[in-house]
Amino acid sequence: MQSARTPPPQASATTAIDVDAVSMRFTLRHTRSLKEMAVYALRGKDLSNSFDALDAVSLQVQQGETVGLLGFNGSGKSTLLKLISGVMRPTSGSVRVRGRIAGLIEVGAGFHPDLTGRENVYLNGAILGMEEATIRERFDDIVAFSEIERFIDTEVKHYSSGMFLRLAFAVAVHTDPEVFLIDEILAVGDEPFQRKCLEKVEALRAEGRTLVVVSHDLGLVERLCTRGVVLQHGRVIADTDAPAAVAALRATG
Amino acid sequence: MTAPPAAAAGDLVVPGRGAGLLDVARRRFLLSLLVRKELRVRYRASVLGLAWSYVKPGVQYLVYYLALGIFLQLGREIPDFAVYLFSGMIVVNLFSEALGNATRAVVNNADLVKKIYLPRELFPVASVWVAIVHFAPQLLVLLVGAAIAGWRPQLLPLLGAVAGFVIVVTLATGLGLLFSALNAVFRDLENLVDLLLMVAVWLSPVLYSWRQVAAVPFVAENSWLLTLYQLNPVTVAVELFHWAFWFPAAQNQPEGSRVGPEVLPPDLLWHAGAGLVLAAVALAVGQAAFRRVEGRFAQEL
Repeated sequence: MQSARTPPPQASATTAIDVDAVSMRFTLRHTRSLKEMAVYALRGKDLSNSFDALDAVSLQVQQGETVGLLGFNGSGKSTLLKLISGVMRPTSGSVRVRGRIAGLIEVGAGFHPDLTGRENVYLNGAILGMEEATIRERFDDIVAFSEIERFIDTEVKHYSSGMFLRLAFAVAVHTDPEVFLIDEILAVGDEPFQRKCLEKVEALRAEGRTLVVVSHDLGLVERLCTRGVVLQHGRVIADTDAPAAVAALRATG
Repeated sequence: MTAPPAAAAGDLVVPGRGAGLLDVARRRFLLSLLVRKELRVRYRASVLGLAWSYVKPGVQYLVYYLALGIFLQLGREIPDFAVYLFSGMIVVNLFSEALGNATRAVVNNADLVKKIYLPRELFPVASVWVAIVHFAPQLLVLLVGAAIAGWRPQLLPLLGAVAGFVIVVTLATGLGLLFSALNAVFRDLENLVDLLLMVAVWLSPVLYSWRQVAAVPFVAENSWLLTLYQLNPVTVAVELFHWAFWFPAAQNQPEGSRVGPEVLPPDLLWHAGAGLVLAAVALAVGQAAFRRVEGRFAQEL
Protein backbone atom coordinates (compact mmCIF):
# COMPACT_ATOMS: atom_id res chain seq x y z
CA MET A 1 0.00 0.00 0.00
CA GLN A 2 1.62 3.22 -1.10
CA SER A 3 0.36 6.71 -0.64
CA ALA A 4 0.14 8.55 -3.95
CA ARG A 5 1.57 11.64 -2.34
CA THR A 6 4.88 10.15 -1.25
CA PRO A 7 7.50 11.36 -3.75
CA PRO A 8 9.55 8.19 -4.41
CA PRO A 9 6.97 5.43 -4.00
CA GLN A 10 9.49 2.66 -3.35
CA ALA A 11 12.33 2.68 -0.89
CA SER A 12 15.56 3.18 -2.79
CA ALA A 13 19.20 2.76 -1.93
CA THR A 14 19.35 6.26 -0.48
CA THR A 15 16.26 5.99 1.69
CA ALA A 16 17.14 6.65 5.31
CA ILE A 17 13.69 6.18 6.82
CA ASP A 18 10.89 4.18 5.25
CA VAL A 19 7.52 4.40 6.94
CA ASP A 20 5.04 2.24 5.08
CA ALA A 21 1.30 2.42 5.81
CA VAL A 22 1.88 2.63 9.52
CA SER A 23 -1.00 2.70 11.94
CA MET A 24 -0.67 2.96 15.67
CA ARG A 25 -3.62 2.15 17.84
CA PHE A 26 -3.49 2.83 21.52
CA THR A 27 -5.70 0.81 23.78
CA LEU A 28 -6.70 2.76 26.82
CA ARG A 29 -7.58 0.42 29.57
CA HIS A 30 -9.63 1.99 32.30
CA THR A 31 -8.92 -0.51 34.95
CA ARG A 32 -6.84 -3.49 35.74
CA SER A 33 -8.12 -4.75 39.05
CA LEU A 34 -10.07 -7.97 39.11
CA LYS A 35 -12.91 -6.45 41.10
CA GLU A 36 -13.45 -3.63 38.66
CA MET A 37 -13.14 -5.96 35.69
CA ALA A 38 -15.91 -8.10 37.15
CA VAL A 39 -18.14 -5.08 37.71
CA TYR A 40 -17.56 -3.87 34.17
CA ALA A 41 -18.24 -7.30 32.74
CA LEU A 42 -21.51 -7.63 34.65
CA ARG A 43 -22.71 -4.27 33.44
CA GLY A 44 -21.72 -5.15 29.93
CA LYS A 45 -19.48 -2.14 29.58
CA ASP A 46 -16.49 -2.18 27.37
CA LEU A 47 -13.31 -2.42 29.38
CA SER A 48 -11.19 -0.46 27.00
CA ASN A 49 -11.42 1.99 24.21
CA SER A 50 -8.85 2.69 21.61
CA PHE A 51 -7.83 5.49 19.39
CA ASP A 52 -5.64 5.69 16.37
CA ALA A 53 -2.66 7.90 16.99
CA LEU A 54 -1.49 7.22 13.45
CA ASP A 55 -3.62 6.07 10.56
CA ALA A 56 -1.96 4.58 7.48
CA VAL A 57 0.95 7.00 7.45
CA SER A 58 3.49 6.53 4.69
CA LEU A 59 6.60 8.60 4.53
CA GLN A 60 10.03 8.25 3.06
CA VAL A 61 13.00 10.29 4.08
CA GLN A 62 16.10 10.29 1.88
CA GLN A 63 19.60 10.45 3.29
CA GLY A 64 20.66 14.01 3.89
CA GLU A 65 17.13 15.40 4.04
CA THR A 66 15.98 17.62 6.88
CA VAL A 67 12.32 16.99 7.43
CA GLY A 68 10.10 18.99 9.75
CA LEU A 69 7.14 17.17 11.25
CA LEU A 70 4.37 19.66 11.89
CA GLY A 71 1.04 19.39 13.55
CA PHE A 72 -0.90 20.48 16.56
CA ASN A 73 -0.82 18.68 19.90
CA GLY A 74 -2.09 15.14 19.58
CA SER A 75 -1.59 14.94 15.84
CA GLY A 76 0.76 11.96 16.20
CA LYS A 77 4.16 13.61 15.67
CA SER A 78 5.78 12.23 18.80
CA THR A 79 4.27 8.80 18.25
CA LEU A 80 5.79 8.74 14.78
CA LEU A 81 9.19 9.67 16.19
CA LYS A 82 8.90 6.92 18.79
CA LEU A 83 8.10 4.39 16.08
CA ILE A 84 11.09 5.52 14.03
CA SER A 85 13.39 5.29 17.04
CA GLY A 86 12.14 1.79 17.84
CA VAL A 87 10.78 2.59 21.29
CA MET A 88 7.35 1.51 20.07
CA ARG A 89 6.24 -0.94 17.44
CA PRO A 90 3.45 -0.07 15.02
CA THR A 91 0.08 -1.83 15.21
CA SER A 92 0.27 -2.39 11.46
CA GLY A 93 2.53 -1.36 8.63
CA SER A 94 6.28 -1.27 8.79
CA VAL A 95 9.04 1.11 9.78
CA ARG A 96 12.57 0.64 8.54
CA VAL A 97 15.64 2.73 9.12
CA ARG A 98 19.11 2.73 7.58
CA GLY A 99 22.03 3.46 9.85
CA ARG A 100 22.31 4.37 13.48
CA ILE A 101 19.57 6.55 14.94
CA ALA A 102 19.90 8.97 17.80
CA GLY A 103 16.76 10.30 19.30
CA LEU A 104 16.96 13.68 20.87
CA ILE A 105 13.44 12.90 21.87
CA GLU A 106 13.78 13.38 25.55
CA VAL A 107 17.26 14.59 26.18
CA GLY A 108 18.46 13.47 29.54
CA ALA A 109 16.12 10.48 29.81
CA GLY A 110 19.09 8.31 30.65
CA PHE A 111 20.50 10.69 33.23
CA HIS A 112 20.46 9.73 36.85
CA PRO A 113 20.34 12.51 39.43
CA ASP A 114 22.54 10.68 41.93
CA LEU A 115 25.43 10.25 39.52
CA THR A 116 27.93 12.98 38.73
CA GLY A 117 28.02 14.78 35.43
CA ARG A 118 31.02 12.73 34.37
CA GLU A 119 29.34 9.41 35.20
CA ASN A 120 26.21 10.52 33.40
CA VAL A 121 28.16 11.37 30.27
CA TYR A 122 29.50 7.82 30.19
CA LEU A 123 26.18 6.20 31.08
CA ASN A 124 24.17 8.24 28.61
CA GLY A 125 26.78 7.90 25.89
CA ALA A 126 26.68 4.12 26.32
CA ILE A 127 22.88 4.15 26.31
CA LEU A 128 22.95 6.05 23.03
CA GLY A 129 25.23 3.39 21.60
CA MET A 130 28.76 4.74 21.99
CA GLU A 131 31.71 2.53 22.86
CA GLU A 132 33.83 3.23 25.92
CA ALA A 133 36.83 4.36 23.85
CA THR A 134 34.65 6.68 21.77
CA ILE A 135 33.20 8.35 24.84
CA ARG A 136 36.63 8.78 26.38
CA GLU A 137 37.89 10.31 23.15
CA ARG A 138 35.00 12.75 22.87
CA PHE A 139 34.62 13.45 26.56
CA ASP A 140 36.44 16.78 26.49
CA ASP A 141 34.48 17.95 23.47
CA ILE A 142 31.22 17.04 25.17
CA VAL A 143 32.11 18.92 28.32
CA ALA A 144 33.41 21.89 26.37
CA PHE A 145 30.21 22.01 24.35
CA SER A 146 28.07 21.96 27.48
CA GLU A 147 30.20 24.71 29.10
CA ILE A 148 29.85 23.21 32.56
CA GLU A 149 33.47 22.18 33.12
CA ARG A 150 33.42 23.38 36.71
CA PHE A 151 30.54 21.15 37.73
CA ILE A 152 31.35 17.99 35.80
CA ASP A 153 32.16 16.09 39.01
CA THR A 154 29.10 17.35 40.85
CA GLU A 155 26.01 15.17 41.18
CA VAL A 156 23.50 16.07 38.53
CA LYS A 157 20.73 16.64 41.09
CA HIS A 158 22.51 19.85 42.09
CA TYR A 159 22.45 21.15 38.51
CA SER A 160 20.08 23.85 37.35
CA SER A 161 17.65 22.68 34.69
CA GLY A 162 19.60 24.64 32.09
CA MET A 163 22.89 22.98 33.01
CA PHE A 164 21.25 19.59 32.95
CA LEU A 165 19.84 20.08 29.46
CA ARG A 166 23.11 21.46 28.14
CA LEU A 167 25.01 18.39 29.21
CA ALA A 168 22.32 16.05 27.91
CA PHE A 169 22.22 17.82 24.55
CA ALA A 170 26.01 17.82 24.37
CA VAL A 171 26.13 14.03 24.83
CA ALA A 172 23.39 13.45 22.28
CA VAL A 173 24.95 15.52 19.50
CA HIS A 174 28.28 13.78 19.99
CA THR A 175 26.91 10.28 19.39
CA ASP A 176 27.59 10.59 15.66
CA PRO A 177 24.50 8.88 14.26
CA GLU A 178 23.31 8.82 10.68
CA VAL A 179 19.74 9.70 11.54
CA PHE A 180 18.81 12.32 14.09
CA LEU A 181 15.36 12.59 15.59
CA ILE A 182 14.84 15.92 17.29
CA ASP A 183 11.76 16.64 19.35
CA GLU A 184 11.37 20.18 20.64
CA ILE A 185 14.79 20.28 22.14
CA LEU A 186 15.89 23.41 20.44
CA ALA A 187 14.11 25.26 23.22
CA VAL A 188 17.02 24.33 25.46
CA GLY A 189 18.85 26.77 27.68
CA ASP A 190 19.41 30.47 27.24
CA GLU A 191 19.68 32.28 23.96
CA PRO A 192 23.43 31.93 23.37
CA PHE A 193 23.21 28.19 24.03
CA GLN A 194 20.17 27.86 21.78
CA ARG A 195 22.12 29.54 19.03
CA LYS A 196 24.97 27.10 19.61
CA CYS A 197 22.57 24.15 19.41
CA LEU A 198 21.13 25.47 16.18
CA GLU A 199 24.59 25.91 14.72
CA LYS A 200 25.40 22.34 15.69
CA VAL A 201 22.23 21.06 14.08
CA GLU A 202 23.00 23.03 10.93
CA ALA A 203 26.50 21.59 10.91
CA LEU A 204 25.05 18.08 11.16
CA ARG A 205 22.79 18.87 8.25
CA ALA A 206 25.70 20.18 6.23
CA GLU A 207 27.55 16.92 6.89
CA GLY A 208 24.74 15.13 5.13
CA ARG A 209 23.03 13.61 8.16
CA THR A 210 19.37 12.87 8.02
CA LEU A 211 17.33 14.99 10.40
CA VAL A 212 13.72 14.70 11.47
CA VAL A 213 12.65 17.71 13.48
CA VAL A 214 9.49 18.12 15.51
CA SER A 215 8.86 21.66 16.59
CA HIS A 216 6.09 24.12 17.21
CA ASP A 217 8.47 26.90 16.30
CA LEU A 218 7.33 27.33 12.71
CA GLY A 219 9.94 29.96 11.92
CA LEU A 220 12.65 27.55 12.95
CA VAL A 221 11.20 24.75 10.83
CA GLU A 222 11.05 27.04 7.82
CA ARG A 223 14.64 28.03 8.33
CA LEU A 224 16.08 24.61 9.09
CA CYS A 225 14.11 22.12 7.05
CA THR A 226 14.12 21.29 3.38
CA ARG A 227 10.80 19.55 3.61
CA GLY A 228 7.71 19.71 5.80
CA VAL A 229 5.21 17.00 6.64
CA VAL A 230 1.97 18.08 8.27
CA LEU A 231 0.09 15.61 10.44
CA GLN A 232 -3.50 16.03 11.53
CA HIS A 233 -5.35 13.46 13.64
CA GLY A 234 -2.77 10.84 12.72
CA ARG A 235 -2.91 11.39 8.96
CA VAL A 236 -0.47 13.11 6.63
CA ILE A 237 -2.32 16.08 5.15
CA ALA A 238 0.62 17.74 3.44
CA ASP A 239 4.09 16.65 2.39
CA THR A 240 5.86 19.45 0.60
CA ASP A 241 8.60 22.04 1.01
CA ALA A 242 8.90 23.66 4.42
CA PRO A 243 7.26 27.07 3.75
CA ALA A 244 4.27 25.45 2.03
CA ALA A 245 3.91 22.95 4.88
CA VAL A 246 3.92 25.77 7.42
CA ALA A 247 1.26 27.54 5.37
CA ALA A 248 -0.78 24.33 5.22
CA LEU A 249 -0.59 23.94 8.98
CA ARG A 250 -1.64 27.55 9.52
CA ALA A 251 -4.58 27.01 7.15
CA THR A 252 -5.88 24.10 9.25
CA GLY A 253 -5.67 26.09 12.47
CA MET B 1 24.09 18.59 -0.28
CA THR B 2 27.28 16.72 0.52
CA ALA B 3 27.53 12.97 0.26
CA PRO B 4 25.92 11.08 3.12
CA PRO B 5 28.28 9.55 5.69
CA ALA B 6 29.88 6.38 4.46
CA ALA B 7 28.63 4.38 7.42
CA ALA B 8 25.06 5.01 6.30
CA ALA B 9 25.45 2.40 3.62
CA GLY B 10 23.75 -0.35 5.61
CA ASP B 11 20.48 -2.08 4.97
CA LEU B 12 17.10 -0.78 5.92
CA VAL B 13 16.30 -2.47 9.20
CA VAL B 14 13.32 -2.48 11.48
CA PRO B 15 14.24 -0.35 14.51
CA GLY B 16 13.67 -1.64 18.01
CA ARG B 17 14.22 -5.30 17.23
CA GLY B 18 17.41 -6.45 18.82
CA ALA B 19 18.99 -9.83 19.20
CA GLY B 20 17.91 -10.15 22.83
CA LEU B 21 20.51 -11.55 25.17
CA LEU B 22 23.09 -11.53 22.38
CA ASP B 23 22.78 -7.74 22.30
CA VAL B 24 23.39 -7.69 26.03
CA ALA B 25 26.63 -9.59 25.49
CA ARG B 26 27.56 -7.12 22.77
CA ARG B 27 26.95 -4.13 25.00
CA ARG B 28 28.92 -5.23 28.03
CA PHE B 29 30.19 -1.73 28.68
CA LEU B 30 26.68 -0.38 29.05
CA LEU B 31 25.80 -3.39 31.21
CA SER B 32 28.71 -2.66 33.54
CA LEU B 33 27.63 0.99 33.82
CA LEU B 34 24.06 -0.03 34.61
CA VAL B 35 25.30 -2.39 37.32
CA ARG B 36 27.50 0.33 38.78
CA LYS B 37 24.60 2.78 38.65
CA GLU B 38 22.29 0.40 40.45
CA LEU B 39 24.86 -0.19 43.19
CA ARG B 40 25.54 3.53 43.54
CA VAL B 41 21.87 4.41 43.67
CA ARG B 42 21.03 1.66 46.13
CA TYR B 43 23.56 2.92 48.67
CA ARG B 44 23.25 6.65 48.05
CA ALA B 45 23.37 8.81 51.14
CA SER B 46 24.04 5.78 53.28
CA VAL B 47 26.87 5.73 55.81
CA LEU B 48 27.50 2.00 55.67
CA GLY B 49 27.14 1.82 51.90
CA LEU B 50 28.01 -1.55 50.42
CA ALA B 51 28.65 -2.84 53.95
CA TRP B 52 24.88 -3.23 54.21
CA SER B 53 25.20 -6.22 51.93
CA TYR B 54 27.22 -7.88 54.69
CA VAL B 55 25.13 -6.68 57.63
CA LYS B 56 21.81 -7.94 56.28
CA PRO B 57 22.80 -11.56 55.59
CA GLY B 58 24.87 -11.50 58.77
CA VAL B 59 21.88 -10.69 60.95
CA GLN B 60 19.65 -13.05 59.00
CA TYR B 61 22.18 -15.79 59.55
CA LEU B 62 22.46 -15.16 63.28
CA VAL B 63 18.69 -15.23 63.69
CA TYR B 64 18.37 -18.51 61.79
CA TYR B 65 21.24 -20.03 63.68
CA LEU B 66 19.84 -19.01 67.03
CA ALA B 67 16.26 -20.08 66.29
CA LEU B 68 16.93 -23.29 64.40
CA GLY B 69 20.38 -24.42 65.39
CA ILE B 70 20.10 -23.71 69.09
CA PHE B 71 16.44 -23.36 70.10
CA LEU B 72 15.12 -26.10 67.80
CA GLN B 73 18.39 -28.03 68.24
CA LEU B 74 18.81 -28.85 64.58
CA GLY B 75 22.53 -28.65 65.24
CA ARG B 76 22.28 -32.08 66.87
CA GLU B 77 20.94 -33.71 63.74
CA ILE B 78 23.21 -31.91 61.35
CA PRO B 79 26.89 -31.74 62.28
CA ASP B 80 28.57 -28.43 61.56
CA PHE B 81 25.16 -26.83 61.31
CA ALA B 82 26.71 -23.37 61.09
CA VAL B 83 28.45 -24.20 57.78
CA TYR B 84 25.46 -26.20 56.55
CA LEU B 85 23.11 -23.28 57.13
CA PHE B 86 25.36 -20.65 55.65
CA SER B 87 26.32 -22.56 52.50
CA GLY B 88 22.66 -23.09 51.64
CA MET B 89 21.56 -19.64 52.69
CA ILE B 90 23.88 -17.76 50.37
CA VAL B 91 22.57 -19.77 47.39
CA VAL B 92 18.98 -18.96 48.23
CA ASN B 93 19.88 -15.32 48.93
CA LEU B 94 21.51 -15.07 45.52
CA PHE B 95 18.40 -16.50 43.89
CA SER B 96 16.00 -14.30 45.86
CA GLU B 97 17.86 -11.09 45.24
CA ALA B 98 18.48 -11.80 41.57
CA LEU B 99 14.90 -12.76 40.81
CA GLY B 100 13.29 -10.16 43.08
CA ASN B 101 15.28 -7.31 41.53
CA ALA B 102 15.02 -8.60 37.99
CA THR B 103 11.23 -8.77 38.28
CA ARG B 104 11.13 -5.04 39.04
CA ALA B 105 13.85 -4.09 36.57
CA VAL B 106 11.73 -3.04 33.60
CA VAL B 107 9.22 -1.10 35.68
CA ASN B 108 11.98 0.63 37.64
CA ASN B 109 13.61 1.77 34.41
CA ALA B 110 10.33 2.90 32.86
CA ASP B 111 11.77 6.31 32.01
CA LEU B 112 14.44 4.82 29.81
CA VAL B 113 12.24 2.12 28.33
CA LYS B 114 9.67 4.68 27.21
CA LYS B 115 12.06 7.16 25.70
CA ILE B 116 15.14 5.52 24.23
CA TYR B 117 15.47 2.21 22.50
CA LEU B 118 18.10 -0.09 23.91
CA PRO B 119 18.05 -3.85 24.40
CA ARG B 120 15.65 -4.05 27.33
CA GLU B 121 17.06 -7.38 28.43
CA LEU B 122 19.87 -5.27 29.86
CA PHE B 123 17.76 -4.28 32.85
CA PRO B 124 16.92 -7.70 34.31
CA VAL B 125 20.41 -8.94 33.46
CA ALA B 126 21.95 -5.96 35.27
CA SER B 127 19.82 -6.80 38.33
CA VAL B 128 21.14 -10.35 38.32
CA TRP B 129 24.69 -8.97 38.14
CA VAL B 130 24.04 -6.75 41.14
CA ALA B 131 22.95 -9.86 43.06
CA ILE B 132 26.18 -11.57 42.02
CA VAL B 133 28.18 -8.60 43.31
CA HIS B 134 26.44 -9.03 46.65
CA PHE B 135 26.97 -12.78 46.56
CA ALA B 136 30.77 -12.56 46.20
CA PRO B 137 31.57 -11.32 49.74
CA GLN B 138 29.16 -13.86 51.23
CA LEU B 139 30.98 -16.62 49.41
CA LEU B 140 34.23 -15.30 50.82
CA VAL B 141 32.82 -15.41 54.35
CA LEU B 142 31.64 -18.97 53.69
CA LEU B 143 35.11 -20.05 52.54
CA VAL B 144 36.71 -18.63 55.67
CA GLY B 145 34.06 -20.11 57.97
CA ALA B 146 34.24 -23.52 56.32
CA ALA B 147 38.03 -23.51 56.48
CA ILE B 148 37.88 -22.82 60.20
CA ALA B 149 35.46 -25.75 60.56
CA GLY B 150 37.99 -28.04 58.89
CA TRP B 151 37.00 -27.76 55.25
CA ARG B 152 39.59 -28.54 52.61
CA PRO B 153 38.84 -27.89 48.93
CA GLN B 154 38.26 -30.87 46.64
CA LEU B 155 38.10 -30.54 42.90
CA LEU B 156 34.92 -32.43 41.99
CA PRO B 157 32.71 -30.92 44.71
CA LEU B 158 34.00 -27.45 43.79
CA LEU B 159 32.99 -28.07 40.18
CA GLY B 160 29.62 -29.05 41.60
CA ALA B 161 29.40 -25.68 43.36
CA VAL B 162 30.20 -23.92 40.09
CA ALA B 163 27.37 -25.89 38.46
CA GLY B 164 25.07 -24.87 41.31
CA PHE B 165 25.99 -21.23 40.80
CA VAL B 166 25.35 -21.52 37.05
CA ILE B 167 21.98 -23.15 37.70
CA VAL B 168 20.86 -20.41 40.09
CA VAL B 169 22.03 -17.53 37.90
CA THR B 170 20.57 -19.00 34.70
CA LEU B 171 17.28 -19.81 36.37
CA ALA B 172 17.02 -16.37 37.95
CA THR B 173 17.82 -14.69 34.63
CA GLY B 174 15.25 -16.76 32.77
CA LEU B 175 12.48 -16.28 35.30
CA GLY B 176 13.57 -12.66 35.73
CA LEU B 177 13.10 -12.00 32.02
CA LEU B 178 9.69 -13.64 32.10
CA PHE B 179 8.43 -11.89 35.22
CA SER B 180 9.91 -8.47 34.46
CA ALA B 181 8.11 -8.47 31.11
CA LEU B 182 4.81 -9.56 32.64
CA ASN B 183 5.26 -7.14 35.52
CA ALA B 184 5.23 -4.27 33.03
CA VAL B 185 1.66 -5.25 32.15
CA PHE B 186 0.42 -6.64 35.46
CA ARG B 187 2.06 -5.21 38.54
CA ASP B 188 0.64 -8.09 40.57
CA LEU B 189 3.68 -10.07 39.50
CA GLU B 190 5.91 -8.25 41.98
CA ASN B 191 3.86 -9.52 44.91
CA LEU B 192 3.46 -12.96 43.43
CA VAL B 193 7.23 -13.28 43.02
CA ASP B 194 7.80 -12.20 46.62
CA LEU B 195 5.52 -15.02 47.73
CA LEU B 196 7.23 -17.46 45.40
CA LEU B 197 10.61 -16.53 46.81
CA MET B 198 9.45 -17.11 50.36
CA VAL B 199 8.23 -20.55 49.32
CA ALA B 200 11.53 -21.22 47.57
CA VAL B 201 13.51 -20.43 50.72
CA TRP B 202 11.51 -22.77 52.92
CA LEU B 203 11.11 -25.53 50.36
CA SER B 204 14.85 -25.86 49.84
CA PRO B 205 16.92 -27.78 52.36
CA VAL B 206 18.56 -24.68 53.78
CA LEU B 207 17.24 -24.75 57.34
CA TYR B 208 16.87 -28.53 57.57
CA SER B 209 18.24 -31.63 55.87
CA TRP B 210 16.72 -33.57 52.96
CA ARG B 211 16.71 -36.65 55.17
CA GLN B 212 14.13 -34.97 57.37
CA VAL B 213 11.94 -34.53 54.30
CA ALA B 214 12.48 -38.15 53.28
CA ALA B 215 11.55 -39.29 56.78
CA VAL B 216 8.06 -37.79 56.59
CA PRO B 217 5.79 -40.90 56.34
CA PHE B 218 3.72 -39.50 53.47
CA VAL B 219 6.86 -38.71 51.47
CA ALA B 220 8.34 -42.12 52.30
CA GLU B 221 5.22 -43.81 50.89
CA ASN B 222 5.24 -41.70 47.73
CA SER B 223 8.86 -41.63 46.66
CA TRP B 224 8.06 -39.56 43.54
CA LEU B 225 7.38 -36.66 45.90
CA LEU B 226 10.96 -36.76 47.11
CA THR B 227 12.20 -36.91 43.51
CA LEU B 228 10.06 -33.90 42.64
CA TYR B 229 11.38 -32.10 45.68
CA GLN B 230 14.95 -32.84 44.71
CA LEU B 231 14.50 -31.80 41.08
CA ASN B 232 13.76 -28.22 42.09
CA PRO B 233 16.78 -26.44 40.58
CA VAL B 234 17.21 -24.25 43.67
CA THR B 235 17.30 -27.38 45.85
CA VAL B 236 19.86 -28.91 43.51
CA ALA B 237 22.07 -25.83 43.80
CA VAL B 238 21.77 -25.81 47.60
CA GLU B 239 22.75 -29.49 47.81
CA LEU B 240 25.68 -28.92 45.47
CA PHE B 241 26.92 -26.18 47.78
CA HIS B 242 26.47 -28.51 50.76
CA TRP B 243 28.54 -31.08 48.93
CA ALA B 244 31.30 -28.59 48.14
CA PHE B 245 31.55 -26.66 51.40
CA TRP B 246 29.76 -28.42 54.21
CA PHE B 247 30.33 -32.13 53.57
CA PRO B 248 34.15 -31.98 53.54
CA ALA B 249 34.05 -30.06 56.82
CA ALA B 250 31.53 -32.44 58.40
CA GLN B 251 33.72 -35.38 57.37
CA ASN B 252 36.61 -33.90 59.28
CA GLN B 253 34.77 -34.17 62.58
CA PRO B 254 36.29 -36.24 65.40
CA GLU B 255 35.38 -39.93 65.59
CA GLY B 256 31.80 -40.46 66.69
CA SER B 257 30.15 -37.43 65.16
CA ARG B 258 31.71 -38.02 61.75
CA VAL B 259 29.27 -38.35 58.86
CA GLY B 260 29.37 -40.56 55.81
CA PRO B 261 28.19 -39.90 52.25
CA GLU B 262 24.65 -40.93 53.26
CA VAL B 263 24.03 -37.35 54.44
CA LEU B 264 24.10 -36.23 50.84
CA PRO B 265 21.10 -36.94 48.62
CA PRO B 266 21.61 -39.85 46.21
CA ASP B 267 21.82 -39.13 42.48
CA LEU B 268 23.04 -35.61 43.18
CA LEU B 269 24.97 -35.45 39.91
CA TRP B 270 21.95 -36.59 37.90
CA HIS B 271 19.90 -33.95 39.61
CA ALA B 272 22.58 -31.39 38.79
CA GLY B 273 22.27 -32.29 35.11
CA ALA B 274 18.51 -32.00 35.31
CA GLY B 275 18.86 -28.66 37.10
CA LEU B 276 21.10 -27.32 34.36
CA VAL B 277 18.60 -28.41 31.71
CA LEU B 278 15.65 -26.91 33.59
CA ALA B 279 17.51 -23.63 34.06
CA ALA B 280 18.36 -23.52 30.36
CA VAL B 281 14.71 -24.14 29.50
CA ALA B 282 13.69 -21.32 31.86
CA LEU B 283 16.15 -19.03 30.12
CA ALA B 284 14.81 -19.90 26.66
CA VAL B 285 11.19 -19.48 27.76
CA GLY B 286 11.98 -16.23 29.57
CA GLN B 287 13.75 -14.78 26.56
CA ALA B 288 10.93 -15.77 24.20
CA ALA B 289 8.25 -14.34 26.49
CA PHE B 290 10.24 -11.15 26.99
CA ARG B 291 10.48 -10.59 23.25
CA ARG B 292 6.78 -11.17 22.80
CA VAL B 293 5.75 -8.66 25.44
CA GLU B 294 8.57 -6.17 24.81
CA GLY B 295 6.68 -4.40 22.02
CA ARG B 296 4.08 -3.27 24.54
CA PHE B 297 6.46 -1.90 27.15
CA ALA B 298 6.41 1.73 25.96
CA GLN B 299 2.62 1.73 25.95
CA GLU B 300 2.03 -0.05 29.21
CA LEU B 301 4.47 1.70 31.49
